[in-house]
Amino acid sequence: MNSRPRHQSKLGSFALYTVLLIVSVVVVVPMFYLVVSAFKTEQGFLEHTFLPTGDGFLGIAWGELTTKQFHRLFSPEIGIGRALVNSIFLSSTTALLATFVCALAGYASAALDFKGKKSFEWLILAALIIPPPLLIAPSYQWLHSLNLLDSYAGLILPAIAPAFGVFLFRQATLQSVPKSIVEAARIDGAGEFGIFFAIALPMLRPMVGAFLIITFLATWNNFIGPQIVLQSTEKQPLSVVIYQTQTAYYSDYGLLMAGTLVSILPVAALFLFLQRDFIAGLSSGAVKG
Amino acid sequence: MANVKLSGVWKYYSEEAAAVQDVKLSIDSGEFIVLVGPSGCGKSTTLRMIAGLESISKGEIEINGKVVNNVQPKDRDIAMVFQNYALYPHMTVEKNIGFALKISGMDKNEIKRRVLNTSSILGLDDLLRRKPGALSGGQRQRVALGRAIARDPAVYLFDEPLSNLDAKLRVTMRSELKALHRRLGTTTVYVTHDQEEAMTLGSRLVVMAGGKVQQIGTPLDVYNNPVNRFVASFVGSPTMNFIEGTIEGETFSPENSAVKIPLTAQIIDANALQSGQKLCLGIRPQSVTLAGDATPGIELDTTVELTEPMGDRVDLRLGLDESTQILARMPMNEVPANGASLRVKLPHEGMMFFEATEFGKRLGREPVAST
Ligand SMILES: Nc1ncnc2c1ncn2[C@@H]1O[C@H](COP(=O)(O)OP(=O)(O)OP(=O)(O)O)[C@@H](O)[C@H]1O
Ligand SMILES: [Mg+2]
Repeated sequence: MNSRPRHQSKLGSFALYTVLLIVSVVVVVPMFYLVVSAFKTEQGFLEHTFLPTGDGFLGIAWGELTTKQFHRLFSPEIGIGRALVNSIFLSSTTALLATFVCALAGYASAALDFKGKKSFEWLILAALIIPPPLLIAPSYQWLHSLNLLDSYAGLILPAIAPAFGVFLFRQATLQSVPKSIVEAARIDGAGEFGIFFAIALPMLRPMVGAFLIITFLATWNNFIGPQIVLQSTEKQPLSVVIYQTQTAYYSDYGLLMAGTLVSILPVAALFLFLQRDFIAGLSSGAVKG
Repeated sequence: MANVKLSGVWKYYSEEAAAVQDVKLSIDSGEFIVLVGPSGCGKSTTLRMIAGLESISKGEIEINGKVVNNVQPKDRDIAMVFQNYALYPHMTVEKNIGFALKISGMDKNEIKRRVLNTSSILGLDDLLRRKPGALSGGQRQRVALGRAIARDPAVYLFDEPLSNLDAKLRVTMRSELKALHRRLGTTTVYVTHDQEEAMTLGSRLVVMAGGKVQQIGTPLDVYNNPVNRFVASFVGSPTMNFIEGTIEGETFSPENSAVKIPLTAQIIDANALQSGQKLCLGIRPQSVTLAGDATPGIELDTTVELTEPMGDRVDLRLGLDESTQILARMPMNEVPANGASLRVKLPHEGMMFFEATEFGKRLGREPVAST
């Protein structure tokens, strides 16, 4: 009687580890492929799937690996260094501003009473329904008439108050900032902004972390936006610059892999840095019911 | 310290129904006032209007002689303790207690001194570095209390602060609150739906129902002289016995019953009862005694239908006949057997008469002035 559950749980964990192993392989192999390919010549890329074979340590021809692709990327000709800086600037500015604005608006719509609150909420809901591609043409026209084309403001301003974010923070506030805590702070003498910064924002921290990552990633990967709004080459972010290497230089896979690696690293670092908040933010709804 | 005055205060959440109707209440400096009533009667709404968390639809609220209708909560010099404690979860106990002081721009050392002083009053010294998540319910309650005390406000407002604690802790905290009030002497408005809590804590009770004040008075006053049937039934445990019936000459005939309860001319007079009048006789279970002693009253033969002995006393359900029962609580060493007959006395003193409706007025009494 006693040994059965134990036997079962052993079997269970065996199955679990098998599944986890398969998932890891599925995730890790393409990453490995990407990293390895970034360090190969065009020739090497075509000849070997993974590492070039030879008689070095572990039977690998270490000598054939090269950082040539990175030199090309960072050469003035392609100038990925500037694109990297551009991307970091664009993504972090957009993420910070959008998170701030969405948190502020979402909190207000959940916790405060103000004139026009109902209409505000309808507006947010309505904005959620509109598919983004529909907005490309009218936004372009607007940016043109506001003289914001080919400027970062033209990319950042339209992105700092996404309805989705406002709604997300509204729900997060309803769920994790009890009304009585806001009232307690009000009685304790805090002003409305004081309550937002000192009480609500810390309580919304998981959502702040998650939304920072979401917005940062979305901006980082945004290709259509900068492609349409920015014209000057020196203002382009990574997504556009990496793409352009391909049109100009044929399908140069080694270069593409190296460019992708450069563009993944900062995001991976950010994710590692914020992952606890990110996961807490995504699962907070599941835990509390 | 401050006095608080409510003059004709109304609250409408929607146009049709008023959650609070025409509340008039004058609270003296240093008083411990308890708003008590069943769920939904408007206690919290009244308290929240005093706090400034809810707007006042009609009427005026004064704190220390100053009308505060349009004064922000933070400028009313009040502190409030919420039912769910409302502690700031990301701050330590120390920061929680000191938050209001910090906002007021108080000097760091002074804040520290006050927080330590408060924590020693409440026995929180060892918990100052913890966050609320790592505290028990009773400890959180203390921190919520500490947050109010540290500010030394003119008025304390409590909204059912003990209702999330277990029964035993509630009784302990109750006496601590009482001791604390004696020590600080700060004007306190306390909301509860628990009449026992109200009786033990309040220097005066405000009994509310359906958004209206039913009676204001000291606990004993409310207990001994309820102004209507609602107050009589709400205050006191176990609930007062009510027998509906009709006055016929000098007897009272319960409805659907052959029993006649003889009254005296004196009772008829004192309560201004009229023959043919339909009304409701009330008597507290504690007032019912065994027949035989000298106190004036009416003696009745009853049958014991149910006994609930509790050591020092016993609750008896006594049948006057098939359809009319009363509950009696008596000190008793010997518990009578079910079905035994028992002669009991309803003392004149304990008999009250009400109009025969839920909020029926007490008969034969001048309504007690309600301010
Ligand atoms: N924000 C609100 N909007 C609409 N109606 C409300 C609101 N708050 C309270 N009410 C209504 O007002 C009435 C009084 O509510 P209140 O909270 O003051 O009752 P209470 O006496 O504190 O009851 P409880 O003992 O359950 O806390 C209730 O009928 C309630 O439904
Ligand atoms: Mg309430």
